[in-house]
Amino acid sequence: MDVLLDNLSLFREGFFGTLKLTGASAIVAVVVGVIIAGFRVSPVPPLRIFGTLWVTLLRNTPLTLLFLVAFFIVPKVFFPDLDSFLLATLACGFYTSAFVAEAVRSGINTVPLGQAEAARAIGFTFTQTMRLIVLPQATRTVVPPLSSIFIALTKNTAIAGAFDNVELFNVSKTLSNDGYDIAMIFLWITLAYLIITYAINGLFRLMEHRLEVAR
Amino acid sequence: MTEVSVTKDAIPPGADDLVVLKNVNKHFGALHVLQDIDLTITRGEVVVVIGPSGSGKSTLCRAINRLETVESGDISIDGKPLPQEGKALARLRADVGMVFQSFNLFAHKTVLENVMLGQIKVRKTSKAEAETKARGLLDRVGVATQADKYPAQLSGGQQQRVAIARALAMDPKVMLFDEPTSALDPEMINEVLEVMQQLARDGMTMVVVTHEMGFARSAANRVVFMADGRIVEEAVPEQFFSNPRSDRAKDFLSKILKH
Repeated sequence: MDVLLDNLSLFREGFFGTLKLTGASAIVAVVVGVIIAGFRVSPVPPLRIFGTLWVTLLRNTPLTLLFLVAFFIVPKVFFPDLDSFLLATLACGFYTSAFVAEAVRSGINTVPLGQAEAARAIGFTFTQTMRLIVLPQATRTVVPPLSSIFIALTKNTAIAGAFDNVELFNVSKTLSNDGYDIAMIFLWITLAYLIITYAINGLFRLMEHRLEVAR
Repeated sequence: MTEVSVTKDAIPPGADDLVVLKNVNKHFGALHVLQDIDLTITRGEVVVVIGPSGSGKSTLCRAINRLETVESGDISIDGKPLPQEGKALARLRADVGMVFQSFNLFAHKTVLENVMLGQIKVRKTSKAEAETKARGLLDRVGVATQADKYPAQLSGGQQQRVAIARALAMDPKVMLFDEPTSALDPEMINEVLEVMQQLARDGMTMVVVTHEMGFARSAANRVVFMADGRIVEEAVPEQFFSNPRSDRAKDFLSKILKH
């Protein structure tokens, strides 16, 4: 109990650090993931190739390696002044976007082809067809796998702790260096992670329920 | 060929061609599904395409608005050749109404929204204007009372009539019907055919792929008979049904008109 009470502000900082990182990465992942999924089903071959490359590359690279690239190559070669939170968000977000893209694509594939054909026959462009007709109908199928992806993302943000970000895992390391009982530290850290992942779980269950009613 | 000219008498040939297919070819793998298709449809004409299944008639219909791409040949609508996939093609498709065998109403939108969506998003009409027009069209096809329901709550015949209203809402120059009654229960076929008859009487240019010989007889200006990817015979309905010239058509008609 002492660990928690003595270091409440540090725990709080770590908790919100993880939350912020997860939230920001999730937003990046969803936006990029949906766009990439669109690319993968687009009628334009270069976009399709780009989408496939993006997914293959990011999904098959270890996240730690992406962090190494983000923190040691990106600042040297491209943008020297990005802060560590932004770099961590981009690494986690892009990595997760590959998984989101595949979940969205599987959702797109569940929408009958005739829906898109009818939309095109009316004169909708590809983007309109996706945005107005296909994606809204795909959402129902995409929501359950997305919750798994975001829970995995929450735990993946721990890697950012090793790269100059204050979040839960990073806090645990600091405290164990301070000499506290490691078992107690992990207990509280685990509890904090559980709060976040359970919240995601609940949020998505709510969303699933609402989408079910909407039909 | 000795066929009777079926273009409207007053119009000089070529001046009012709305849909022109020239030397169109397409394969599905080894199957040569469209072979050297030449077809011209003039404004206001109702052309019914019939033929055995697998003869390429649906593919022909879908090629006209490029839902099906072709390998060679030219297709033009109202003098403009079909563009490549993109914004220009979308604009052209807006002028070509299409009705599918499986209705394909947008499942997540109400009937009214189905008829309004294209007007608002493609034609950029105001919401109020689109709604007035949509309600008018739904009334015209006889499903005005179903406006706020979702497609799945409607019968097949009602869904198909909504699909016709949805296509009409774009003020199309030509309407394509790809076997519009083939997925319907027998008692619902007539309600859809009546709407189509009315459209034909109102002077809409129509290309209808169908197995409804009654409709072909009564509404068509011209019957196009396809078999094995070719247009085998074109004639006015009376001539085609009473006195088909080709053996392939004779054979086909003897099979379907026996009962």
